[in-house]
Amino acid sequence: MSDVVLRLSGIVKSFPGVLANDHVDFTLKRGEVHALLGENGAGKTTLMNIAYGIYKPDEGDIYVDNRRVKITSPHRAMEYGIGMIQQHFSLVPSFSVAENITLGLKEFGIFPKMESVKKKIESLSQKFGLDVSADSHIWQLSVGEQQRVEILKLLYMNARIMILDEPTAILTPQETENLFKTIREMVKNGASVIFISHKLKEVLKISDRITVMRHGRMLDTIPTSVADERILARKMVGRDVLLKVSKKPSSPGREILEVENLWSRGDKGQYAIRGVDLKVRSGEILGIAGVEGNGQRELAESIYGLRRYTGRVVIDGEDMLPLDVTSRIRRGVAYIPQDRKGLALCGGLPIYYNFFLKVFDSPNFSFNPYMFNPSYLRRGAEQMVKDYSISTPSVDLEAKYLSGGNMQKVVLAREISGSPKLIIAVHPTRGLDVGAMEFIYKSLLRERNKGVAILLIAGDLEEIFTLSDRVGVLYEGEIVGYSKPDESHIEEIGLMMAGVGSIDA
Amino acid sequence: MKLIVEKRSSRASDLSILFVSLFSVLVALIILGLIILSLKKNPIEAYIELVSWPFGTVAGVVQTLIAMMPLLFTSLGLLIAFKMKLWNIGAEGQFYMGAFAATWGALFVFDHISNPWLMVPLLMILGMGSGAGWAAISGLMRAYLGVNEILSTLMLNYIAIHWVDYLVYGPWKGAQSHNFPITATFPKAAILPQYGANGLNLGIFFALITSIFVYYLLKWTRLGYEIEIAGDNIRAAEYSGINVKRTIVIVMAISGAISGLGGMMEMSGVLFRLQPNFSPGYGYTAIIIAWLARLNPFIAIIVSFFFGGLLVGTQQIQLFLQIPFSLINVFQGLVLFALLSGEIFLRYRIKVVRT
Repeated sequence: MSDVVLRLSGIVKSFPGVLANDHVDFTLKRGEVHALLGENGAGKTTLMNIAYGIYKPDEGDIYVDNRRVKITSPHRAMEYGIGMIQQHFSLVPSFSVAENITLGLKEFGIFPKMESVKKKIESLSQKFGLDVSADSHIWQLSVGEQQRVEILKLLYMNARIMILDEPTAILTPQETENLFKTIREMVKNGASVIFISHKLKEVLKISDRITVMRHGRMLDTIPTSVADERILARKMVGRDVLLKVSKKPSSPGREILEVENLWSRGDKGQYAIRGVDLKVRSGEILGIAGVEGNGQRELAESIYGLRRYTGRVVIDGEDMLPLDVTSRIRRGVAYIPQDRKGLALCGGLPIYYNFFLKVFDSPNFSFNPYMFNPSYLRRGAEQMVKDYSISTPSVDLEAKYLSGGNMQKVVLAREISGSPKLIIAVHPTRGLDVGAMEFIYKSLLRERNKGVAILLIAGDLEEIFTLSDRVGVLYEGEIVGYSKPDESHIEEIGLMMAGVGSIDA
Repeated sequence: MKLIVEKRSSRASDLSILFVSLFSVLVALIILGLIILSLKKNPIEAYIELVSWPFGTVAGVVQTLIAMMPLLFTSLGLLIAFKMKLWNIGAEGQFYMGAFAATWGALFVFDHISNPWLMVPLLMILGMGSGAGWAAISGLMRAYLGVNEILSTLMLNYIAIHWVDYLVYGPWKGAQSHNFPITATFPKAAILPQYGANGLNLGIFFALITSIFVYYLLKWTRLGYEIEIAGDNIRAAEYSGINVKRTIVIVMAISGAISGLGGMMEMSGVLFRLQPNFSPGYGYTAIIIAWLARLNPFIAIIVSFFFGGLLVGTQQIQLFLQIPFSLINVFQGLVLFALLSGEIFLRYRIKVVRT
């Protein structure tokens, strides 16, 4: 047992209505990458938040180097050498990398010697292939770079146990590759890594052992050498998941969405969309592939009417005005945005409100606006909870207490129940587990088969291939080319995503 | 033994909210007692004096109801805006503008009308209209220019107060006022029905009706639904097709209209003429009332009654114990402080752990 650096024993943690961790045991050995795999809401993050001192367990013990410890705060966790990179980074945007790293380190006193700090940062950055400059400011960095700053922070503090919570969710394939290199380098230097994920391929690639959690319980821990995707998927969701969803050939009908010479600015004022033309017909899915930050969000928001633009957006034959969301909703445009918590849900309101945020623009309801009580919506909401198998104790629960997958199901249920003609979906499965992912794929395909036009903007090529009938590639605000959604064109699409593609379709 | 502060993983229950609210008032009362003690007066005597007259005698209760009326109007106005997280702290100014408009109507525009059934509704419309307009200025600036409504409503208060000062010291000074800065008395038709000799009038009835209206507006209309959505997540409201800019202006206007109506009622029901400083800060006290009532229009009735009583009671202790009236402001500040500090108990759980 001497090589066990961290042991969680019999951990129980409950939240109102949810038993997030039910007598969980977990061990981490020195120098291993231990993947923690499970669906959304399986309790992975909760368990790690307990190890990192953010939550206090209701029951159970934590052992570091076989000594029983009480971890009451992240600060205490740090003292035991436990560091965690959460899904949402804790960096100060206006500070430089070096300042962010020294922040919160007591030993630096009031006037830290920044020169020596910088030197150490540069050397760590080189050693672990992190490629971060100590002087750049956080707001200048991409999310991938910010994550590397978080890793540097842990390295700087000599964390021996590193918890990475879904680190690849925000990374491009190349960045993921680099992260894996860094992880291997860290392990070589004696660190132990807990890698939380629900991406089977990555888990198989990086880990030494895999622990699968389901519904708050520890299911099994197996060495990666004996695992494969099928085994893991079955363990995760308790049944065989069809990662490849079967798809009928499409039979496109009339044009539902037509975008002509669309120009739109990003939040910082520069043009993010530069003259996009595209058409989506009913009954087809147009996939827009591209590396994040090439105008995906701006494209979707312009079409949906949340962002100012020049050019034309025509929906089912009718010219739309910029910044007019209402008439788009009335004409049957549904939008599943990337930022579901920030844009598509009211976290502080009950679930039954969230199902019906658009109730007054929906063609399916005609409530008297002067005799309307939100409780009228409850029965419909209860039906939707059933139809979309959303796991919640009640429709009165505030939406912020739902897990990511269930949040997305609420959004999906609302958008599909409005009988849309066009669905704009941006990264619809980001951060979701296989079960929820499959559910969303099937729902989108069902809508397509019913004749809905779908514009799917996603970063994950697997997702684009699985769902799309045509693929367009977005690069620096332009559609640089179209291709067919199958593996034989992956090279071509990859080149276009990198900006070296041909313009002809 | 160690204290551990933990974030709550669910919403605090109604009972704990009630407990925190009552406890805040209690803490404020205790500190108030210490202050009274420092003035070398007996705090127990002061407490008794503070509550016995306003809550214990018929005449006192009537006085309490009269003081409660403007408080209820202004707090109802505010809580609509607060529901949408629009921090309208301009109830005082909107109240003044309502009173100004009512005086203008009663003395200068409709002074030939002798039928109260025509006069009073006209004055109500004037009061609401000018309060609405005053608040809508801030609403428009917030919606279309991005100007923070906290600052604009606060600054508009001063303009409204000094505008009224200017009128009563200058052009509107009454002919029979013996050079005091007050306007002429309202004509009979502009005065609300009075009951008994203690000054009880129809205004309190209107205030109660208004709380039912506010409840209806928030719970039974599309606007109320949209206020809740926008109040929780303004971006989700835009995403849902709600015209957020227009809603901001409408909500501010309704908020101001209710406070303006309060100003009109104060004129027609209680004072019958405009004078400087006719409000002891009703619009500011209303902020505290709206929060203590947790933005519930019915609980606001109870809380306004309590604060109305305190206002009357403070006059009593000033009279009988020579304790300065400004103590009421100290008390209100203490309640707000205690209430805000009490928030920590609603967001966090505090546990005692033996080590």
